[in-house]
Amino acid sequence: MTADYDLAIIGAGPAGLAAAGLAAELGLTVALLDEQERPGGQIYRAIETVGASRPLAAKALGPDYERGRGLVDAMRAARVDYLPGAVVWNVSRELAVNFSRQGGSREIRARHVLVATGAMERPVPVPGWTRPGVMTVGALQIMLKTSGLVADGRVVLAGSGPLLLLLASQYVEAGAPPAAVVETVPRARYVEALAHLPKALRAAGYLAKGVRLMRTLARAGVPVYRGASDLSVEGGERATGLAFRQGGRERRVEADLVALHQGVVPNQQITRLLGCNHVFDDGQRCFRPVLDDWFATSLDGVSVAGDGGGIGGAVAAEHAGRVAVCGIAHRLGALSEPERDARAAPSRAALDRDLAVRPFLETLYRPPREVLEPADDVLVCRCEEVTAGAVRGAAALGCPGPNQAKSFLRCGMGPCQGRVCGPVVSEIIADALGSDPGAVGYYRIRPPLKPLTLGELAALDTDTESGAA
Amino acid sequence: MFRRLEEDAGRAPVRFRFEGREIEAYEGDTLAAALAAAGALSLRDTPVSGAPRAPYCMMGVCFDCLVEVDGRKNCQACMTVVEPGMEVRRQTGGDGAEA
Repeated sequence: MTADYDLAIIGAGPAGLAAAGLAAELGLTVALLDEQERPGGQIYRAIETVGASRPLAAKALGPDYERGRGLVDAMRAARVDYLPGAVVWNVSRELAVNFSRQGGSREIRARHVLVATGAMERPVPVPGWTRPGVMTVGALQIMLKTSGLVADGRVVLAGSGPLLLLLASQYVEAGAPPAAVVETVPRARYVEALAHLPKALRAAGYLAKGVRLMRTLARAGVPVYRGASDLSVEGGERATGLAFRQGGRERRVEADLVALHQGVVPNQQITRLLGCNHVFDDGQRCFRPVLDDWFATSLDGVSVAGDGGGIGGAVAAEHAGRVAVCGIAHRLGALSEPERDARAAPSRAALDRDLAVRPFLETLYRPPREVLEPADDVLVCRCEEVTAGAVRGAAALGCPGPNQAKSFLRCGMGPCQGRVCGPVVSEIIADALGSDPGAVGYYRIRPPLKPLTLGELAALDTDTESGAA
Repeated sequence: MFRRLEEDAGRAPVRFRFEGREIEAYEGDTLAAALAAAGALSLRDTPVSGAPRAPYCMMGVCFDCLVEVDGRKNCQACMTVVEPGMEVRRQTGGDGAEA
């Protein structure tokens, strides 16, 4: 089999961009495939277009967003085959990557594949979360980045995590302060998280930023309800308010739009598809692929950098991308072992420093049980409209894991292919069986990763003579 | 529902149609963003119960923004960039969105 590239990188966020630049510098031939039309991933989305044409949006998004510009510029200047608008629908264990692009399908073969597909927001299954007028906090931020859009009217942001406060503050800066922020962090968590504070001080910039965000909200007079629980979106065909409990009292805030957030989890679609080993990470409360010191998976020739390998944030993703490439370049014979170690050392040190804040954040923002294992009447599979109660029922009937529940109930069988309900279904079954998600497992993921038309499939251009092998 | 923070000098206007209604967007907008800016949030009805759904994640994960574009079903509105003259319709029923 002849390879088209030394390295195929999937995802042009911070990990993929940093990796592509360094790999090209080390003399590897690189293809960088990305689903979006422009580089940056979700975190630096639209970074190339926002500054010049939309100064107000750029100002609201703040200086950390600006960091993406350097990464994108460096990738553009490097010898990288950048393929935007490429929707990867299969990756084989032989390292052939199939993708749709511009109405056709193509296959490329690589000596090594780096999965840099990042994170997605953790599903927040609360009563009413499927109503129009409910979105994720990340979705609001994407609209601000790509189109300079802010939600009009009464916007209520609910849940927990750094992004919740960040977006609230960005809305204040944009002149559209949210009507309320409803935070689900129990008071006891602050005390628990204190134990990790000394270590977190190694990455004190993040803590200072958190304080700044809270000050911005206070100055703007945004009401912040802390220690909330029992969230429920009210309304008919549209969301009209958010009900919750706070300090033993029932409360309700009017809302035209409710944005939910409970942190982010790795996007596991490709590593699951490839059959890489995964582990349930208790601290981050999510599955992640098992990786070695160089971010290589259990499958030879496949590595993962960035949030797709475990949540570390955008800056950590960059460093991880570079460390991963050092390991890959060594495996492919482009760096000797001492060269690899020396080359990776500064990025590894920066990565360790940056990750020091994670235990603090993970403890403080651990998702509440009501989100991990919602009440019986709450829909967990949005596509097939399967409730938490139905999943519990299947577990009671003897379903030992998500794949059996899927054949009983169709959960995870709709167009999103379990991306949204997967984490919840594993949690519910584990809880029902008195087990843990690591033991009950996760959905099997099969190609195509994204729906593709027969036309696209028929037009598959394998580009190489090795297709018959 | 949503408003544009500022007039965008750098981008050209793009006109397309949603359920027969003319919508003006900007070059580079996704369908989901352009429709939200035009006040159209509910983009499909579910095949199971017929409940209305709107874009939820805006990044291609949830598939709740599926619409019909120029007669082609199951297009993710949040992943489709607007093009002049597109005919976009709400998607109802379950035709072919199975994985």
